[in-house]
Amino acid sequence: MGKRTFRVWRGDKDGGRFEEYSIDVDQGMVVLDCIHRIQALHANDLACRWNCKAGKCGSCSMEINGKPRLSCMTRMNTFKDDEVITVQPIKSFPLIKDLVADVSWNYEQNKKIAPFKPRPKDSDGNWRMRQRDVERVQEFRKCIECYLCQNVCHVLRDHDRKDQFVGPRFMIRLASLEMHPLDTEDRIPKIKDEYGAGLCNITKCCTQVCPEHIQITDNGIIPLKERVVSRYYDPILWLIRKIFPKKNK
Amino acid sequence: MSQSTAKTGGHETSFLSNRRTDKWWVEPILTGLGFLCFVVYTTWAMFQANHYWYDPYLSPLYSPVLMVDPSVPGAAPLKHAWFGLWPDWWPKFLPSSPAMLILLGPLSFRTTCYYYRKFYYRSYFMTPPGCGVTGVPQKKYNGETKLFLFQNLHRYTFYIAVCYIVLLAYDAFISFFRHGEFGVGVGSLVLTLNVVLLSCYTFGCHAWRHLVGGRKDCFSCTAGHEHLSHKGWSKVSILNKHHMFWAWVSMVWVGFTDFYVRMVSMGVWTDLNTWGGH
Repeated sequence: MGKRTFRVWRGDKDGGRFEEYSIDVDQGMVVLDCIHRIQALHANDLACRWNCKAGKCGSCSMEINGKPRLSCMTRMNTFKDDEVITVQPIKSFPLIKDLVADVSWNYEQNKKIAPFKPRPKDSDGNWRMRQRDVERVQEFRKCIECYLCQNVCHVLRDHDRKDQFVGPRFMIRLASLEMHPLDTEDRIPKIKDEYGAGLCNITKCCTQVCPEHIQITDNGIIPLKERVVSRYYDPILWLIRKIFPKKNK
Repeated sequence: MSQSTAKTGGHETSFLSNRRTDKWWVEPILTGLGFLCFVVYTTWAMFQANHYWYDPYLSPLYSPVLMVDPSVPGAAPLKHAWFGLWPDWWPKFLPSSPAMLILLGPLSFRTTCYYYRKFYYRSYFMTPPGCGVTGVPQKKYNGETKLFLFQNLHRYTFYIAVCYIVLLAYDAFISFFRHGEFGVGVGSLVLTLNVVLLSCYTFGCHAWRHLVGGRKDCFSCTAGHEHLSHKGWSKVSILNKHHMFWAWVSMVWVGFTDFYVRMVSMGVWTDLNTWGGH
């Protein structure tokens, strides 16, 4: 495929700059292969997080020509021959070094979510679910925690509302728990107040960048928003709950 | 390079800054202009207050006809008006347009629709204008928690939209009868397609998807209802998957339907039909 030029961000929390590298690119290579070639030939100290090279571990998230992507799934033949490829770390989290960001804030959000709390087992000692009841949440289980959705979400990226919004990845986790047929925990009050569902304005960038093609907004966040509406903003349901408090909690 | 840029890994933080090399701005501009064209056309059509009827076709922008001024060219017959003649106290500076009384209903449904929210937050409010593109700087971003809290009433605007579907279905039905005689005209087909497209948009709505079954954690746990709620939710999900498509197609077709009725009412276009004559 010939020579290609990369502009790679080099630096740490104290400062940095873009550096240009020109390398030979072979047929079938992905951006992560090129980063490794740059490491091998030009910059042994270039920091880059990666693991599986198969789009399943979610480690190699970065911004390639301004788009949040997995570098191991971004093929070089998708770029024009003369295109300079700009590679940066993800924006929404603190930079550690070069292409590596500190995503530990996400682990803290996960700890805030009440865990799965199943109903009591059936009389024969088993839990039973039908496939049609559980298949909705199986989509959410495809998440590889690459945090590309967290990175592109403008609530976290532009407005830095990390104190008010857990982000799309954890809205999906909440959806997978709330819609689970066996789960009995009620997380709706926290979804409204602590996890910040109201801050999402449905611009769907999280869905656009998801490498697992999870319909984050349509199947996760919007259904959760509708559940919040049923609980807090629907005047008729509010009235019904007042008249029949037990049945409609 | 500034220190602030350096700390963010080479990311600028000013309005519209980005490093995307694709034409990310095409979609927000096209959708923004497209919707603006529709708003301009419907506003213009609403203020015309004429040529909204050509027997037996009624423009969807003027349905239902609450009151009518029969002296206006292309006005609906008096028998179609729910409340009879246009009142004398109506201010002279406002046209006697039935559309002015009813357009708020469908407009409220579209403006609170989850798809439209995506498009106008991007195109008009620029929060953000594109993915990975820095949006309008705000002192404190509140999303849909303060000013836009009204978006939570979308399910009520859905109920209103369903009423319009019923009315437009009736209009489509009577468009096959001229003076009691059954027939088919191009206008009948245009009006029928209009109600079909609007139904696909309305019944693919996220609020309806929630109400019909999405609100349940378990479809099979309520004896006797499992098939109904799961089937309903599944069918709505099929429409919901293409909600954007239905939103645009139905919106354009509403405008075209009004335009068609207007053109045949003005005598610019001839309606091909089985009744013959005009």
